[in-house]
Amino acid sequence: MSWITARRRHPAAGYVILVLGLLLVGAIYASVTGGGTSASAAPQATVAMHEITTGRQIFLQDCQTCHGFYAQGTNEAPGLIGVGSAAVNFQVGTGRMPLAEQGPEAVQKPPRLTPKQTGEVATYIGSLGGGPAVPTDAQVSTSGANVGLGQQLFMANCMACHNFVGAGGALTYGKFAPALTQTTNRQIYEAMQTGPEAMPVFNDTTITPSEKRDIIAYVTKTRTEPNPGGFSLGRVGTVTEGLVAFLGLLLFMVLMAMWITGKKKGNHGAES
Amino acid sequence: MTDSNVHGQHPEPEGPGAPHRVIGTPSPAESRSMLAPAPEEEHPPARELPPAPDDEHANNAAKLVAACFILAMLAGLGFIACYFIFNDHSLSAVTRDNLALGTTMALAFLLLGAGATIWVRHVMPKVEIAEDRHPLRSSDEARAEFAETFKEGADASGFVKRPLIRRSLIAATVPVALAPIVLLRDLGPLPYKSLDSTVWRKGMRLIVYGTNRPITPAEFNTPGSMITIAPEGFQNDFDAMAKAAVIIIKMAPGQLQPPTRMNWTVNDIVAYSKICTHVGCPAALYEQTTHHILCPCHQSTFDATRGAKVLFGPATRPLPQLPITTNAQGYLVAQSDFREPVGPSFWERS
Repeated sequence: MSWITARRRHPAAGYVILVLGLLLVGAIYASVTGGGTSASAAPQATVAMHEITTGRQIFLQDCQTCHGFYAQGTNEAPGLIGVGSAAVNFQVGTGRMPLAEQGPEAVQKPPRLTPKQTGEVATYIGSLGGGPAVPTDAQVSTSGANVGLGQQLFMANCMACHNFVGAGGALTYGKFAPALTQTTNRQIYEAMQTGPEAMPVFNDTTITPSEKRDIIAYVTKTRTEPNPGGFSLGRVGTVTEGLVAFLGLLLFMVLMAMWITGKKKGNHGAES
Repeated sequence: MTDSNVHGQHPEPEGPGAPHRVIGTPSPAESRSMLAPAPEEEHPPARELPPAPDDEHANNAAKLVAACFILAMLAGLGFIACYFIFNDHSLSAVTRDNLALGTTMALAFLLLGAGATIWVRHVMPKVEIAEDRHPLRSSDEARAEFAETFKEGADASGFVKRPLIRRSLIAATVPVALAPIVLLRDLGPLPYKSLDSTVWRKGMRLIVYGTNRPITPAEFNTPGSMITIAPEGFQNDFDAMAKAAVIIIKMAPGQLQPPTRMNWTVNDIVAYSKICTHVGCPAALYEQTTHHILCPCHQSTFDATRGAKVLFGPATRPLPQLPITTNAQGYLVAQSDFREPVGPSFWERS
């Protein structure tokens, strides 16, 4: 200690301390971040490569008959280069792909692939370049979203096809806009980004990710609103019950009138 | 509760020779005459009321009637009870309140009516009594008396003798008769030229409805995109938006064909009025696969690649195309207003 005590007022002491401090900060920074990258980068790349090769295997089994060996598209089906992993995750995750039969619209059915397999195919198609990626959990979280703005955007751009609470509706030539009552947040997000089937695209520069979350928040909020009645016809209210009650009571009143005014068949009393 | 079949036969209710009468058809001609009494001899002979039946059937029916009346009484008491039990005027409670009150009241009236009907049909003696209407025409004496009274009153009031009162009374009725005709004005006001134009002007920016952001072709760059657009500054002016709402659609290169006005588009972005030319619904169902714009109200279908010409449905004119371009900052702007009136046809439309 006497060595430090002797030299602590030396003109160079301040610079020495500064250099030592910088070295210490640099060492801590390297141990926290630099070491991390060098340790985990290679496994991540390996996992992605593994996913891509597995995804390509699944693609070759289940998709290439229609979409082509290199996903380049055929006469039967569009090319998938550039559609992005979000499109694959939506189409396969909702069971629309693989397609059961050609028709006006790919109908939703129980997914053929597991979520893991779906993710692998999506990663493979995404790796072909371009297109929106599968959104993260944070991107589809509705916490703190502006439901009011979401409603305004939904009313202006989605309501015409999907009904004002997302109950779905008919389009032309057998196509239809599906109900959004069971759709997950991620699927709604992916559908807006990729425009599946006849649906138009709402890309991130037109409707920003934050505004997409607002729209999702509106769609999910409507599900929790009270919905009285049985067959609600897309939340128009208790109209069906009213119709049944009206017709039923009308019939009842007609029967009552017939009973009251009907001629007696028996011959109580005097009969001519 | 069915009609009695105790005697197992169904005697013809009307006398032999009387035509079978169907409910709702006119009665025989002689009984329709209301102006003069029918000849006396056509009346059926008056009958004594037969004694009320006192057999087992009638006794059972009487018990049923009493049961109906007691239940009606209980329902009526229930109505009063429900009024106090559900005396809570919150919005959710008022539905239960109404249901309970309505049900009890309906039951009370229904059971009263049912009891009365069973009483008449099964307890009272069955007898048909015909009663003629008296002639509608008053007797000659009464008519003469009325004419005399009327003339007396007219003379006493001076209606003929005092033209001042008579004419002022007539004048007083004229405005009252005219008033309903004047109220027809509330069907207006006349639109004059307001339907011919919208608020779109040269250089006005297109903003995304809701987010109120102007938009560039570089942002709106994915083929198959569609978005609802408002004129900048009028997004909250509903009167303006009722005519000026627009959708813009991004096509893939080469998809837009005449009669689309190509020099009114920017980078394959085309802008059409959102107001259907049939009855003015928002035509905003855009199918990016077929490029159809569909109106949800009456299924008018427009081809977005060919100047929104009508493919199907009751609309007769294409959706008007808004001439658009970009300004110095690169934002989409209008070149001018629509070149034709938007929305449904109207009488003065040129």
